[in-house]
Amino acid sequence: MPAFQALNRLSAHELAARIAAGRATATAAVRDCLERIEKTDRRLNAFVRVDREEALEEAGRIDRELAAGRNPGPLAGVPVALKDLFCVKGREVTCCSRILEGFISPYDATVARKLKDAGAVILGSTNMDEFAMGSSTENSARGPARNPWDLERVPGGSSGGSAAALAADQTVAAFGTDTGGSVRQPAAFCGVAGLKPTYGRVSRYGLVAYASSLDQAGPFGKDVEDLALLLEVIAGHDPRDATSAPEPVPRYRDFLQADPASLTLGLPSRDTLKGMDREVAAAFRAAVDTYAALGAKFVEVELSSLEYAVACYYIVSTAEASSNLARFDGIRYGRRAPGVADLLELFEKSRAEGFGEEVKRRVLLGTYVLSAGYYEAYYGRALRIRRLIKNDFDSALAGCDCVILPTAPIPAFRLGEKIDDPLQMYLTDLFTISINLAGVPAVSINCGFTGGGLPVGLQLVAAPFREDNLIRAAALFEGATAHHLKKPALDDR
Amino acid sequence: MSEFETVIGLEVHVQLKTRSKLFCDCPVDWGGEPNSRVCPVCLGLPGTLPVLNRKSVELGVRAALALNCRIAPFSQFHRKNYFYPDMAKNYQVSQYDLPLSADGFVEIPREEGSLRVGLARAHLEEDTGKLVHFAAEGFSGVDFNRSGVPLLEIVTRPDLRSPEDAYDYLKVLRNLLRTVEVSDCDMEKGSFRCDANVSLRLSGSEKLGVKTEVKNMNSFRAVERALSYEVSRQAELIRSGGAVVQETRLYDAASQKTFPMRSKEEAHDYRYFPDPDLVPTELDRVWIEEISAALPELPSAKAGRFQRDYELGFYDAGVLTSDPALAEYFETAARACANFKTLSNWITVELMARLKESDTPIESSPVPPEHVSELVGLIDRGVISGKIAKSVFALMCDERKPPSEIVRERGLVQISDESELEKVVEKVIGEHPGPAEDFASGKEKALGFLVGRVMKETRGQANPRLVNEIIRRRLSG
Repeated sequence: MPAFQALNRLSAHELAARIAAGRATATAAVRDCLERIEKTDRRLNAFVRVDREEALEEAGRIDRELAAGRNPGPLAGVPVALKDLFCVKGREVTCCSRILEGFISPYDATVARKLKDAGAVILGSTNMDEFAMGSSTENSARGPARNPWDLERVPGGSSGGSAAALAADQTVAAFGTDTGGSVRQPAAFCGVAGLKPTYGRVSRYGLVAYASSLDQAGPFGKDVEDLALLLEVIAGHDPRDATSAPEPVPRYRDFLQADPASLTLGLPSRDTLKGMDREVAAAFRAAVDTYAALGAKFVEVELSSLEYAVACYYIVSTAEASSNLARFDGIRYGRRAPGVADLLELFEKSRAEGFGEEVKRRVLLGTYVLSAGYYEAYYGRALRIRRLIKNDFDSALAGCDCVILPTAPIPAFRLGEKIDDPLQMYLTDLFTISINLAGVPAVSINCGFTGGGLPVGLQLVAAPFREDNLIRAAALFEGATAHHLKKPALDDR
Repeated sequence: MSEFETVIGLEVHVQLKTRSKLFCDCPVDWGGEPNSRVCPVCLGLPGTLPVLNRKSVELGVRAALALNCRIAPFSQFHRKNYFYPDMAKNYQVSQYDLPLSADGFVEIPREEGSLRVGLARAHLEEDTGKLVHFAAEGFSGVDFNRSGVPLLEIVTRPDLRSPEDAYDYLKVLRNLLRTVEVSDCDMEKGSFRCDANVSLRLSGSEKLGVKTEVKNMNSFRAVERALSYEVSRQAELIRSGGAVVQETRLYDAASQKTFPMRSKEEAHDYRYFPDPDLVPTELDRVWIEEISAALPELPSAKAGRFQRDYELGFYDAGVLTSDPALAEYFETAARACANFKTLSNWITVELMARLKESDTPIESSPVPPEHVSELVGLIDRGVISGKIAKSVFALMCDERKPPSEIVRERGLVQISDESELEKVVEKVIGEHPGPAEDFASGKEKALGFLVGRVMKETRGQANPRLVNEIIRRRLSG
């Protein structure tokens, strides 16, 4: 190890403290990240756009603010990476789709605005499954991102670029969106922490929508304290989002110390957890044992509606997506198909050429389930099942602080392994999807490794707006283990 | 009785009088440079979200109350999905199975008893943009200034039985909406639009016939004419053994005919579903009651009051209350006037004819209401005759002066001095001995001639009642 630690390797709260104390500069932090990106991203393909000049300029501005004795905010000088669906004024946002090529956002997403206001420096945009549709970041017009723990494996998805970038220390913090597990599953695959807030906790304004009733932006962090800090910055009511909640935002960092004896965890029945990979199951059992050894109490919870979650999700999400993605037609922005004869052909060709296979599959599915004569059989029924799933979580969470689940039933899989079998791919979201349908918050933290050295994620689920419970339970586990400190051997020195 | 019964239903879209659009802060003023009143939200840019404008809900509720609709405590916006370049999102946010209000009615006042027109619903929706075609340059553009402008769609039940009913309904509806100040209802500025569904059925039959939808009518008269054309077209078609085809037809004002619209693809499946970006609208009873309590007097109540308080007939009261500004004009004038019937005549006949000629709304009348009251006072006190009053009124319009000033300036005061008039009568009898003798021998008709000559001699200023009296006295004596 070198005598000094490069700033990009720090967690956000460590870096912010150093910069605030004058022991590091924003510019140095940004330079370290840019250098790391330069060295590693040809292999990882985690970033689809690096805003080098803008980032350095912004870091310089923050350093001058600090030098002048002003406080630019709780994330002053912290480099962050945003999934390529957060609108940032003046920057291209493509959702890793051909159809949005060249679209420069004229406005800031509320999350981007809040990050800027907190002093964070946006490094650039990260790779993702096109329009957030996928679990591997293979469905990207910019080519797949890779897992820093094993370059032959996927980083998960859809926010795979953000998770991979953070795991590889290309950035100090990262953000993604989670519609069916798109923050938690890549966090698990890449061995970082990821949090999906309660639906309505974080504004969706400026996040290119996949499925509006499920989408939530969430932070990736190197530890639980980072999640608490980052969530504090991005959470809160937004008058520009009618679905954002008016609930006040607590200081989540106040919940990092918890008394294990005061923690009750809900453990789903053995039946709910069937079909898991052997090594994932073992890591999960070990995590449960860790909590037990710490003195946490356990109750068994019934989540029987979970088995309908995947089917329900693929009706609700595709229905909303079919409508949300209708605006991409080549007329007003993005890519327009050349050489068309009339309006209909313009629509058809622009969409046929602009969207990838998975997006087309989901748009078709969603169009079908909303069609006259099928609405009740599919969409109407899915909405009723969604209500049952919500009820299941409500009653499970009435008797405990957090439900404990694996994040994904398997560790990171190989590139190409599931890409031709969408159903297999969809099943990797088994444990994450129902949380979005219920609208409750959940966190994924690293709870160990497989024999092959792949990280395994542990998921904690809390009642709506009880992110404090997630922080308590996750911090407790992290305090008793060292999995999160391990870094992938992506060495380049 | 005709062999067919006409069945008409109307769909009216009115623009709600808000300052900003339904889901964003952009202003809603009419006209302006294309795409000068747009923002990321009404342009439907990726990532943007709608937030409901509370004022438009309030105006919707006001309208619904005036339309006797049941207001839903819980309503919801749906997305109506279809591809068309005038739409920023390729879906329109509208209301579907949970509209703001439903089951209302409008009463068309008729002397023999009012006609009740049922309303299926009145719901909120956003307007779309507008396509602008540049034929010479070979391209089309989209102006999104209207995109997201709040509209209230008011749908009747098929209760109208003639094009005249439809015309009357539109007038009553516009009056109601203007009275409660929810819309300007200006067809020229697109703040009032009407589409019609029309079908025929054999008289006495209960079953509805095949309907056509008629669009592109830009005045109430155009609606009436388009429907008349459509009714006779359908009747001829059926009589000659043909069948009406369900289709959308466009009205051509120049030829006063309807033509089938170039058919847009197959039947649309709009795939309505609740807009997940908008939370359901839950309305508080108390709030609705507050809005209800603050509603102004509605036209039907006002017409009744005009009949009672001003002792006007059904017709006059109806005309005066057919427009809130007109009613207000009358009431302002009536405050300084004792003769309401005469006042009503001057306003509804002379003034309105004058305004119509120059296409001026009552709000910009060149004659203020106080001047009309003054004119009626001058007539009633015998200062000027009714005939002179007409010339005075014309001058009031042109010169925008009070009538007393015009009368004084031009010496138009009526001659009621008997001795002066007797001299003129003597002169006229001397010049026209024939008619004078005729009248003296009992031919009443000759009186008119003689009075006319006297009026002419006095340039219309003689008091005609007095002239009559003097001639009678003089010749029958």
